[in-house]
Amino acid sequence: MMGTYNPADVLHALPEVFLSVVAIVVLILSFAAPKQRGWIETVSIIGVVGTGILLVRAAVPLFEPGAAAVSVFSGSYLVDKFAIFFKVVFLLATLLVILMSIDYLPLVGAPIGEFYAILLFSTVGMMFIASGGNLLTLYIGLETMSISLYILCGFLKQEKKSNEAALKYLLMGAFSSGVILYGISLLYGLTGALGFKEIAATIATMDLGNPALLVAMVMLTAGFGFKIAAVPFHMYVPDVYEGAPTTVTAFLAVASEAAGVAALLRVFLGAMPHIQVDWTIMFWILSVLTMTIGNVVAMAQQNIKRMLAYSSIAHIGYILIGFVAGAKLGISAVLFYVLVYAFMTAGAFAMVILLRTETVKGDLIEDFAGLGQAKPIAAAAMLVFLLSLTGIPPTAGFVGKFYIFGAAIKAGYVWLALIAVINTAISLFYYMRVAMVMYMREPPKALVVSPSRPLHVAVAFAVLGTLIIGIYPGPFLEFAQASILGLLQ
Amino acid sequence: MSGTTFPILSIVTFLPLLGGIVLLFIRREQAGLIRMVSLLVTGVTLLITLALPLSFDFGSAEMQFVERASWIPAIGVSYIMGMDGISLWLVCLTALISPIAVLCSWEAITEQVKEYHVFLLLIHTGMMGVFLALDFFLFYVFWEVVLVPMYFLIGIWGAPARRLYAAIKFFLYTLFGSVVMLLGILAVYFYAGAQTGTYTFDVLELMKVSYPWSPSLFSFQNLVWLAFFLSFAIKVPMFPFHTWLPDAHTEAPTAGSVILAAVLLKMGTYGFVRFSLPMFPEATLYFVPFMVTLSVIAIIYGAMVCLVQRDMKRLVAFSSVSHMGFIMLGMFALNMQGLQGSILQMVNHGLSTGALFLIVGLIYDRIHSRMIADMGGLSSVMPIYATLFAITMFSSIGLPGLNGFIGEFLILLGAFKVSWIWALFAISGIVLGAAYMLWLFQRTMFGTVTHERNKELLDLNLREAMTLIPLVIMFFWIGLYPAPFLKAMEPSVQKVVARLDQARKVVEAPTPIPVVSNWDQGHREEQP
Repeated sequence: MMGTYNPADVLHALPEVFLSVVAIVVLILSFAAPKQRGWIETVSIIGVVGTGILLVRAAVPLFEPGAAAVSVFSGSYLVDKFAIFFKVVFLLATLLVILMSIDYLPLVGAPIGEFYAILLFSTVGMMFIASGGNLLTLYIGLETMSISLYILCGFLKQEKKSNEAALKYLLMGAFSSGVILYGISLLYGLTGALGFKEIAATIATMDLGNPALLVAMVMLTAGFGFKIAAVPFHMYVPDVYEGAPTTVTAFLAVASEAAGVAALLRVFLGAMPHIQVDWTIMFWILSVLTMTIGNVVAMAQQNIKRMLAYSSIAHIGYILIGFVAGAKLGISAVLFYVLVYAFMTAGAFAMVILLRTETVKGDLIEDFAGLGQAKPIAAAAMLVFLLSLTGIPPTAGFVGKFYIFGAAIKAGYVWLALIAVINTAISLFYYMRVAMVMYMREPPKALVVSPSRPLHVAVAFAVLGTLIIGIYPGPFLEFAQASILGLLQ
Repeated sequence: MSGTTFPILSIVTFLPLLGGIVLLFIRREQAGLIRMVSLLVTGVTLLITLALPLSFDFGSAEMQFVERASWIPAIGVSYIMGMDGISLWLVCLTALISPIAVLCSWEAITEQVKEYHVFLLLIHTGMMGVFLALDFFLFYVFWEVVLVPMYFLIGIWGAPARRLYAAIKFFLYTLFGSVVMLLGILAVYFYAGAQTGTYTFDVLELMKVSYPWSPSLFSFQNLVWLAFFLSFAIKVPMFPFHTWLPDAHTEAPTAGSVILAAVLLKMGTYGFVRFSLPMFPEATLYFVPFMVTLSVIAIIYGAMVCLVQRDMKRLVAFSSVSHMGFIMLGMFALNMQGLQGSILQMVNHGLSTGALFLIVGLIYDRIHSRMIADMGGLSSVMPIYATLFAITMFSSIGLPGLNGFIGEFLILLGAFKVSWIWALFAISGIVLGAAYMLWLFQRTMFGTVTHERNKELLDLNLREAMTLIPLVIMFFWIGLYPAPFLKAMEPSVQKVVARLDQARKVVEAPTPIPVVSNWDQGHREEQP
């Protein structure tokens, strides 16, 4: 299907175009109005919210009965509910991260203007991943996102750990991008196509035992495994998460993981549904390794950023259960879990930022000591996130796990579900350790938390999201269920 | 019945939660006001709950006061509450225990009073919900909601030395069990959904389905039964899952121990009667020998461990293991007497062990020790205390005229009908129970005062006596006139027994006929 370039197609990518323009404006503002504190942040927030409005406008026709997904630029860019769902998650995460950063960046002495511009560019990259209709669009989105993230990780120029994080992430990221590219070139060589649909159609006619095909599959698994931080491709995660500025860590843990999942779903379900049997086995193993190692190692952590890093690895393991289970139920469970995970993880990192003050670095679990007595509301918020991460009702994390386990049981993966259950019990141990420190220790003499208003808004927003999805998950589940219809053949 | 229109069950469930939210807005310095408000809330809840047995239809086996509302239609979850003769008395027990828990914390809890009462009220809501929920999702939510505040109750206000260990152990054990049950719930949901075409978590609907069973351990029904078993058995707790109990009960503050012993443990036994027995009757029959063995071990082992305890609170805790074994034995006699006795004994154990923990708490508040060696001859210093203690002890060991006797007698009757050997083991448990209890009483109360400083101890004041007196009244009431209690549960229990008798034909057939199984074809069908 060779299409011709149609200038009107650009209108379908209006949200991305708008956000890119805003990013450039922010960049210009950063040297044109350096002293005007507040301008850059305001423009960034307006940009994200505006993009959200444009996104809703683009989404409305899709939710009319009988509406079909739109495919533009010769099929390389898709506007479907799946893309909309993930873009909502990305924008949500970006918004939360901006709110967290407003008072955090001056505190740690990071340059402000470039930060927001690069953050927004990264978000644009993610949005392209979600809309990618062929391997190249997806890859370009992936690189736009990743390169921006490498820079963001090293934003604390004076700190050794931040530099180390950036370098480590760059090296590993570049390597994994190479691996993905190798997989893509193999697929292209085998099928002569880049579009997911065309590749799938060609594979259907091929000998499915073709070793080159399997090598391509393994390459893509390893490459995306790195992007979503699945074990054994997770080695960089703890160091990068610890060294990067905490707001960037939150962005990595939430948005970039979600983007990795979006890419994974697009490529494996879109291009390789015919060899599902083969990759399901691989992801079964990855899922077990990821959740088990993530949870077990998290128990030993003293630094809360490292603990949350391992916890996010473990949650990727749970997400992969839904991916393995497949079918409508499994994939919609993945989407729903990504949304839930975004709220609770962003919230937990926001709490870490809340503890960062002039005097206290606030990234040790010990720093939470006595929060329950000194700042009961903040402690209650953290408790909600911890319970949600463990999966205890009435929080969103519970509904997410419930849905994932349901998909596994339905598809007959009882063992996988049992392993996940054991992992849930393990995870309780380290999440509750934080709760224990908060409530069962005496606070240090003067426990202060960040007075930043925007940060408080971010925490409140995450708490509300976690509780509302936990108590009334119906509409969110339906959104997730509707979003995968076009994806599955 | 007016109950169908008036949401009385939701009110008694969520009123404490509402009270907890109100407490959040009271300044933490006003500890007295906080205590008053939570006493008021639990008291009002108790009064409303009392309307339940009064308007309850004693002749019906059906669910009463049923409330339904849509909740998450996307996956077939609804809000369904209802009550029958099995849950009626457990709900009343919960409502009675809560104000007592508030009262007994009046002077004992002085730090973080606000949080403490918020947690107490949260637990109250969770416990009520567990006994009233008729939707598996809702049930599970309540089941888990109880854990978190109880964890904090033990961890923050427990005995300093080992409270953190006890709290996390309690949480880990019960959470692990309940998540395994969650898998069982999901398996039932998908199987029934594939069979009937509608996917729902409605317990009453799911009970209408018959789940495939064959005499193999790995048949569908047996596996699901085991998933539920793990969760309930940890909660009861049955041997060998009981090791969290002595730690949690011993380290918890008095109110925590009372709630744990009186109500939380009953969640496990209730789960068996409500779900395992009627839903998986063939599997229940299949596992009878297994269950009886575990129960008998618990009865005797629990009692023997009690004999060697030096810590009074730990002794009471271990006596729960023994008594709960008794309840499980009666239940798995699977006949009218055994089941009725078992359910009545759940209430009895709640009352008497709750009272025993109060008694331990009262003396702990005075001498700040739980060691039996630190007491001795207290009856001459504290006569009212000793009298109430004596009545409670007699209730616990089943003296005729008090409540424990009725329950134990029925359980023995039920067990004897099935096998005299079971009854023999059960009787040995009673004998041992009398031994450790009487010995405890003798060592702490009789004789001359062994410690000089104990001579100055004050007897109970009115508030303290008021925590015990309602329970003592209940001891006598159930002991002397148990008819209304038994009558209310009779139709519901009969229904369970009938279901089991029906299943017995399948299980005891010369070559067991496997219950029709469409599992292999059914479970991979797509959800509509």
